[in-house]
Amino acid sequence: MSDTFFSGAPHWTWFIVLYFFVGGIAGGASFLAAVLDWFGGPEDRPVARSGYNVAAVGAIVSGALLTIDLGRPLRFWHMLFQSANLPAVMFKGWSPISFGAWAILAFGLFSVLAAVGGMAEEGRLHNPTLRAVGGAVHGGLAKLVGAGAGLLGIFIAGYTGVLLSVTNRPIWADGPWLGALFLASGVSTGTAALILLGRRRGATEQALARLSAFDTKALVVELLVLVLFVASLGSLNKVWVSFWGLILLVGVVAFGILAPLWLHLQRRPVASAARLVLLGGFLLRLATIFASEGIERYRVTAGM
Amino acid sequence: MAEAMGFFTDTTVCIGCKACEVACKEWNQLPAENGGVRELSGDSYDNTRKLDGIHWRHVRFIEQFKGPYDGRWLMMSDVCKHCVQAGCLEVCPTGAIIRTQFDTVVIQSDVCNGCRACIAACPFGVIDINPVSGTAQKCTLCYDRLQVGLEPACSKACPTDSIQFGAIAELRTRAEKRVAQLKSQGVAAELYGASPTGPLGGLNSFYLLVDKPEVYGLPRHPELPTANLAKSGGLSVASAAVLGLLAIVGLRKRRMDEQGRGGPGNV
Repeated sequence: MSDTFFSGAPHWTWFIVLYFFVGGIAGGASFLAAVLDWFGGPEDRPVARSGYNVAAVGAIVSGALLTIDLGRPLRFWHMLFQSANLPAVMFKGWSPISFGAWAILAFGLFSVLAAVGGMAEEGRLHNPTLRAVGGAVHGGLAKLVGAGAGLLGIFIAGYTGVLLSVTNRPIWADGPWLGALFLASGVSTGTAALILLGRRRGATEQALARLSAFDTKALVVELLVLVLFVASLGSLNKVWVSFWGLILLVGVVAFGILAPLWLHLQRRPVASAARLVLLGGFLLRLATIFASEGIERYRVTAGM
Repeated sequence: MAEAMGFFTDTTVCIGCKACEVACKEWNQLPAENGGVRELSGDSYDNTRKLDGIHWRHVRFIEQFKGPYDGRWLMMSDVCKHCVQAGCLEVCPTGAIIRTQFDTVVIQSDVCNGCRACIAACPFGVIDINPVSGTAQKCTLCYDRLQVGLEPACSKACPTDSIQFGAIAELRTRAEKRVAQLKSQGVAAELYGASPTGPLGGLNSFYLLVDKPEVYGLPRHPELPTANLAKSGGLSVASAAVLGLLAIVGLRKRRMDEQGRGGPGNV
């Protein structure tokens, strides 16, 4: 029996599942938007702008979900500043939840700035202050802000998995692959979100085809990492003989990865594949978190 | 720093009276569960069942019976181990968990925001949320009593001295003598968590056991949660690098192809 079976469940449930899902999409979309900004052309700009919008909304929603989930939500700032020693900063570089709190704050700032810059570019801002801020974020500065949002975004997509690994819980701490898995899933779901939004925001068919081609590669990486994650669990894999194992196999692998891969290869409408990728990304977080949360340590300890 | 203080729990003399549980509850004013209407476990005489935010002491009953007259009871008063290298303290993002001058580990309830990272980090399943305060709570080794020279409520109440409180160095000597005595009587006694060179740098609440640690609900090789950090972080960075390269190379290759075909050529 793994030593992780003697730890207690932290009751990270729906808000955290939603946060991991939304944060993954936001981080992946922001990462892709930055790549398009730096290595794409002008016709990719609508998709990049959508990416920053997704990132900004996702960062704000993520912060809200994390705060609501706290036992004492009004003390959320204790993760940022030492409550008894203001204004001293609270930061532990070796604790994913500590550097994650700062990363979300920074990601929110960068992605909101990048989104406001994009909206100013489109002439969609009516508030003079926002228009002035958005107007300032253009050219070289916009690229730098975008790069910041992209790098922080890919960090947000992956650190959630690292956070789970840096515990003593079954499944989460029994292998080192969760960070890589959530990161790959964040990129694939972020790309899927951009495929769905891009069409409405004036993206060309070629731009969508490129996104679709990249999503195919991201899904292959995700599948490989998922196989490595499951393999790393060894004999612990018996925990998947459960409802959550069924969700992982059917919901994530079959519907969330293999089906969209098949649709991409058949050159079917990209939106259908994108919706399935989003579903798979959500179910991946759901299965991973609830499978561990559900292990009742006392029954296991007693060998029942 | 004052001398390191802690508990040595000799499970062989525990009679399962739960006086320690009651003393802990009373001194620390911990609330009753479910309004005082306790649900019976149904499969054990132990109805507390686990340590959590409102049960900082738990007398574990291990009922090893093959038949009506063939078996034994093992009893162990479980509590926070006050690890020398504490996983909860390591990950706590608010600084609520501190190491005191007695080398014990205490959660400051007015600083904790209930993120619950410490619950998942503890290899022993000691910490949980106190539903009244909304914060993570566990044994403080009666920090308030220690500061005025009193011993913790649980060890004070223990009628058989199964829970012994004192300076860690002295407790270790006493524990080794007791193990030698039991072994001379043919009892397979072992110490768990007593060695400063063992897992987590030793436990400031250590035990004398007469069966495997797992039987008592204790992990054989408890680890710090950050044991996974470098590997998990490294693999994430590698995965990000692969995806980044795929994105950049893929996008540029397609752009070149389109330019070659006389397409839009902008991407």
